[in-house]
Amino acid sequence: MNATEATPSMQANRFTLTLTTLLLALMFLTLPAVLPARAAVDIQEVTSDSGVKAWLVEDYTVPIISVRFAFNGGSTQDPEGKEGVSTLMTGLFDEGAGDLDADAFQERLDEVGAEMSFNATRDAVYGQMRVLEEGRDDAFDLLRLAVNNPRFDQEPVDRIRAQIMTRIQRDMRDPESLGQEEFARALYGDHPYARRSDGTDETLGSVKPEDLKALHARTFARSNVSIGVVGAIDAETLKTMLDKVFGDLPQEPELLPVEHVSPKLDQKISYAYPLPQATIQLVYPGIARDDPEFFPAFLMNHILGGGTFSSRLFDEVREKRGLAYGVGSGLHTGEYADMLTIGTSTRADRAKETLELIRDVVRGMAQEGPTEAELERAKTYLIGAYPINNLDSSAAIARTLVELQLDDRGIDYIDRRVGYINAVTLDQVKAAARRLLIAEPAILVIGPEAADGG
Amino acid sequence: MMLIPGRGASAPFRAVLTAAFMAVPLAFATAEEAPQVEHFTLDNGLEVVVIPDRRAPVVTQMVWYKVGSADEEPGKSGIAHFFEHLMFKGTSNHGPGEFSARIAEIGGRENAFTSYDYTAYFQQVAPGELKTMMEFEADRMRNLILTDDVIGPERDVIIEERNSRVENSPESLHGEEVNATLYQNHPYRFPVIGWMQEIEQLNREDATEFYDRFYAPNNAVLVVAGDVDAATVRNLAEETYGLVERGPDLPPRIRPVEPEQNTSRIVEMSDPRVGVASYSKRWVVPSYTTAEDGEAEALDLLSEILGGGVRSRIYQELIVRQGIASSAGAYYQGTSLDDTAFVVYGSPRGDSTIEDVERAIDEEIAKVAEDGISEDELAKAKKRATRSMIFARDDQSGMARIYGSTLTTGGTVEDVLEWPERIDAVSADDVKRVAARYLDQRRSVTGYLRPEKDDRS
Repeated sequence: MNATEATPSMQANRFTLTLTTLLLALMFLTLPAVLPARAAVDIQEVTSDSGVKAWLVEDYTVPIISVRFAFNGGSTQDPEGKEGVSTLMTGLFDEGAGDLDADAFQERLDEVGAEMSFNATRDAVYGQMRVLEEGRDDAFDLLRLAVNNPRFDQEPVDRIRAQIMTRIQRDMRDPESLGQEEFARALYGDHPYARRSDGTDETLGSVKPEDLKALHARTFARSNVSIGVVGAIDAETLKTMLDKVFGDLPQEPELLPVEHVSPKLDQKISYAYPLPQATIQLVYPGIARDDPEFFPAFLMNHILGGGTFSSRLFDEVREKRGLAYGVGSGLHTGEYADMLTIGTSTRADRAKETLELIRDVVRGMAQEGPTEAELERAKTYLIGAYPINNLDSSAAIARTLVELQLDDRGIDYIDRRVGYINAVTLDQVKAAARRLLIAEPAILVIGPEAADGG
Repeated sequence: MMLIPGRGASAPFRAVLTAAFMAVPLAFATAEEAPQVEHFTLDNGLEVVVIPDRRAPVVTQMVWYKVGSADEEPGKSGIAHFFEHLMFKGTSNHGPGEFSARIAEIGGRENAFTSYDYTAYFQQVAPGELKTMMEFEADRMRNLILTDDVIGPERDVIIEERNSRVENSPESLHGEEVNATLYQNHPYRFPVIGWMQEIEQLNREDATEFYDRFYAPNNAVLVVAGDVDAATVRNLAEETYGLVERGPDLPPRIRPVEPEQNTSRIVEMSDPRVGVASYSKRWVVPSYTTAEDGEAEALDLLSEILGGGVRSRIYQELIVRQGIASSAGAYYQGTSLDDTAFVVYGSPRGDSTIEDVERAIDEEIAKVAEDGISEDELAKAKKRATRSMIFARDDQSGMARIYGSTLTTGGTVEDVLEWPERIDAVSADDVKRVAARYLDQRRSVTGYLRPEKDDRS
């Protein structure tokens, strides 16, 4: 359970737990994702002849290459009335490109021994590929086609659209999705963050191949992409590959302007539904990654509810009272909004008690802050956890390389990060707690008692 | 039988990357590139497997116990999983939460999981912390202290866990009952998390008895993967686990077997929270442990060719060509101590119905069973299997899981190492034969899950 994932538009995938995923094994508690620390990786910056940049970690232990890249944009770039177009587009890059139709493209991919996929978040479109070393050149040829010349043929457009519409149809009956959607509208109002990234039957239904081509043309540009490569490839070879895949894209994108938005706090959204368990979420102000107080806030969040089996929320809600299986908090830093969220699912008849308890824990943190000992433990955790959470496979390293570039962290960030964490003082953390946690939060309750104040 | 969230082709547009063989049993290295896996047994009976991977300064320790929900006493469903939670409480040497606090302090990752045939605990830490992890893990193998103070709140936690995973989800509620219908006598019919009314009654006596019966070095497998060598692991293991006394010999894990199945059975459910209908059809088939030579490998390839991913027959026919399904596929849970399940599933698209989807999948099964598969299809499926094995080596904890799950379900290290050759030995005829032999419509169990007012099917 990932209680920290409160961003409504990110929860669209719940339905994948269909009957095919019978309860086979039960995790004790899924550890929340933790941010960056110290690593034993040697990152090279590679610039191709035509000026395409990528970060590379060379490693020949396993004969594979992992590539990941991100184009800024994402579903916030969907024009009004065409919501869902980014999601649809990412389903189509491997469904026909260049002179290969969908079937020929996928047949070729399989022969070459490569796996390719794309997805859109609110803020970016991601692509990833992994391939055996022996299929490298052919795989990069296919990636070039997918990135530069997607066909958006009518048949795959209709087919993938129908799959997304099936998901929309499921969400329309799912109390959890419906509640999250209402919460997103309440938090963000008219901002694109309030929209479903899948769009609706009407908006998705109105998307034509021309809309997909236009979105691709204005968002896929060289100044707009961050690339990470890991595995059995040297810098010189990578330069050639970078030119091949990204060299012919236009230099600059044409992105729609999107405003920054402050989520509307001090409100309560109740979605009443007869369920055995109530879902509770609280939204507090957030903090930008480049804010000077980011690291104090990051440590404070870890102590409050970011820890594994040791946060204040975990102790109070789960360990001492058994009110929930999962509870936690997270700092969300989006391109256009930041927030601190707290989430849990609890026995319906004790939802009110749980919410009160969470608010007490938050008030305690806001008023007194953490102890020196808590802060020290949080520091050692966040430093030690970095390689384990971010560098334990080629795919994880490639993901980290891209995220660091998206956040403008600089190539030596992993080493500097330790210093940033160690430099944080108790007073700074207390100040961060006051800054974020004094506010009256926005609250969402989904469950049977939601109507009468949960 | 690991965690397979969002499995393969049920995702909106195919999560190809993780589908197919990755979630199936044993997957990995070609002979000449295989990491030097070492395997030995301590005097007290603890089996040890070491999988060196020196790329990053990270090591994964996993302790697998040969006990799962299928080993529970009647009326005590959920005790294996409940006990897994209780292993995080204190011991006679360390207070409650001390182990977790230590891991948190050093930035480690930890967790545990329970399945039908095994329960496993793991930590991922910097290599210098491995010995400390081993000390703590060896300590809780025998020295746990269980008091009513910790039992009560933790039972509430697993009740909430069941609420989250099952009671709040019509898919899970339905899946539980489909499974309970598929198996009529074997304990795989009970959900791993347990039935609610039995979870509510679990107590300290149950937990203590369970602990004393199953938790001992001679009923466990230690798997260490990552930045470490076998000699070091052997020394550390002897200094820590080696001090734990061997437990009494456990009886063989012989469970009630399924009677002959002579019926096809249907399990139907409708729920207002369901937006799109879905169906699955299941058969009890041999696992890697119970199969005659080559049959499990043939079933693995059958599931891949029939419905393992975007190049599979079901995907191409139902989703691409006919356009009647939004998701559809097949899977086989081969890593299992006893006979296991082969499953096909699908959800309709547009105006089509689950009956249309079911009929079309039945036809694909019949085609394989009657006409067989082409050599080209077979070769491509084998190539995908080989590829998945190499990709698997990129993930040290994934590798540890492959060995741990195999060794706790009756398999051996050699079974893992020889898997590529055994897959390679499967013929097109073998695949046809297992389809005809096992996927018999007259002996199947079908589940239908529909919206409350389904006016379309």
